[in-house]
Amino acid sequence: MLPTLNVTGSMLLVERISTRSGKLRPGDVVIFRSPETPRKIVCKRLIGLEGDQITYVVDPQSGDRCETIVVPKGHVWVEGDYIYNTKDSRNFGALPYGLLEGRAFWTLPCMHAFSVKLVLFASNSSVLAWKMVKQPEMSFKLCNKGKI
Amino acid sequence: MSIVNADGSILARDSSVVGNLDMGTPSVLWNVAKKCFTVGVISLTVSDLFASIVPVRGASMSPTFNPKTNSLLDSLSDDRVLVEKLCLSNYKFSHGDVIVFCSPDNHKEKHIKRIVGLPGDWVGTIYDVVHVPEGHCWVEGDNSASSLDSRSFGPVPLGLVKGRVTHILWPPHRVSSVERKTSRNRVSPS
Repeated sequence: MLPTLNVTGSMLLVERISTRSGKLRPGDVVIFRSPETPRKIVCKRLIGLEGDQITYVVDPQSGDRCETIVVPKGHVWVEGDYIYNTKDSRNFGALPYGLLEGRAFWTLPCMHAFSVKLVLFASNSSVLAWKMVKQPEMSFKLCNKGKI
Repeated sequence: MSIVNADGSILARDSSVVGNLDMGTPSVLWNVAKKCFTVGVISLTVSDLFASIVPVRGASMSPTFNPKTNSLLDSLSDDRVLVEKLCLSNYKFSHGDVIVFCSPDNHKEKHIKRIVGLPGDWVGTIYDVVHVPEGHCWVEGDNSASSLDSRSFGPVPLGLVKGRVTHILWPPHRVSSVERKTSRNRVSPS
C-alpha cells in the first residue's frame, strides 16, 4: 500500500461507522479480515462496490492483459495501491462485505514496530480503533484507481 | 447539625437537609442514568467478548433447533441458544461445530449452520467433490431439504464467523448442550 502508507509500518486511525452504515465509497482505504487467514487484518483500497463493473490488469509484471468482472451482490473489490506486489481481490476474488472492519481516515508516523490495538468498550462495538499496519511491500505511487 | 448556645437555645440550624429534599429528583434521575449506562456498557462488552443469547428462526437446523415444522413459527416459540465468542480469538473450529456467521450475500443477515468441512478438506456434494480453500469452511444445515447453505453460496470465509453455539436455553424442556455431529462418509480430511 505504498506510498500511501509507510514502508516500515504505519499507525492508522480507523472508524467503524462507515462500514456499519454502508456509507463506504470507492477510493476509501479500508481494513478487513483476510479471507485466507482469518486472524490477519489487511489494509487495501476500496475500488468497487456490489454491482460495479471492474476492469483490472491481471498480472502487471507479465503484460497488460485485462479482465472485466461485475462485483457480485454482497461483495466489494479491493486493490492495493502498489499493484506490482500486493495480494488483493485480483488473487482472492471479490471480498464479502461482512469481512470489512473499518475505514482508515488518518495515518500517523510510527516509531516502534509493535502491534497496538486500543478499543473503546468492546472490539465488535467500538467505533474507533488504532491499528498498526505492517507494510512489507515496496512501492511507488500509482494514481488513485477508481472504477473504469 | 445545629449550633446550640450554652443555655440550650438553638443558634443556627444547618439547612442542608431541607435543601437536599428540594434537589432530590434530579439527582435520583442522574443516579439511575449512571447505573443504566454502566449496565449497558458491561452487557455490551460481555455480549461481544464472551457470549450472547440469540433466537433461531427457520427450520434449516431441524431437529437440532426448532424441531416443530409448522410454517408459522412465531417469535415466542423459537429456540434461544447461547453463542460463545471465545472461539474468535484463534478461529480454531472442529468438524460438527454449529456456528453463527454473516451471510456472504448480505452482511446484515446472520445464519446458523453446522461446519461440515474445514480448510483443505474435500466435501462431497450431489454432483461433484469440492475442495474447501484455505481460510474457508463448508457449512450445511441439519435439515438438508430446506437449508440455504454452502451448497448454494459456496465455502464461507472463516472471518465471517461470529460465534459458536454451545447450548440451547429455551424452551425449558429442551435445555441441553449442542453436540458435535460429524458425517464421516462425505468428507475426506486434508
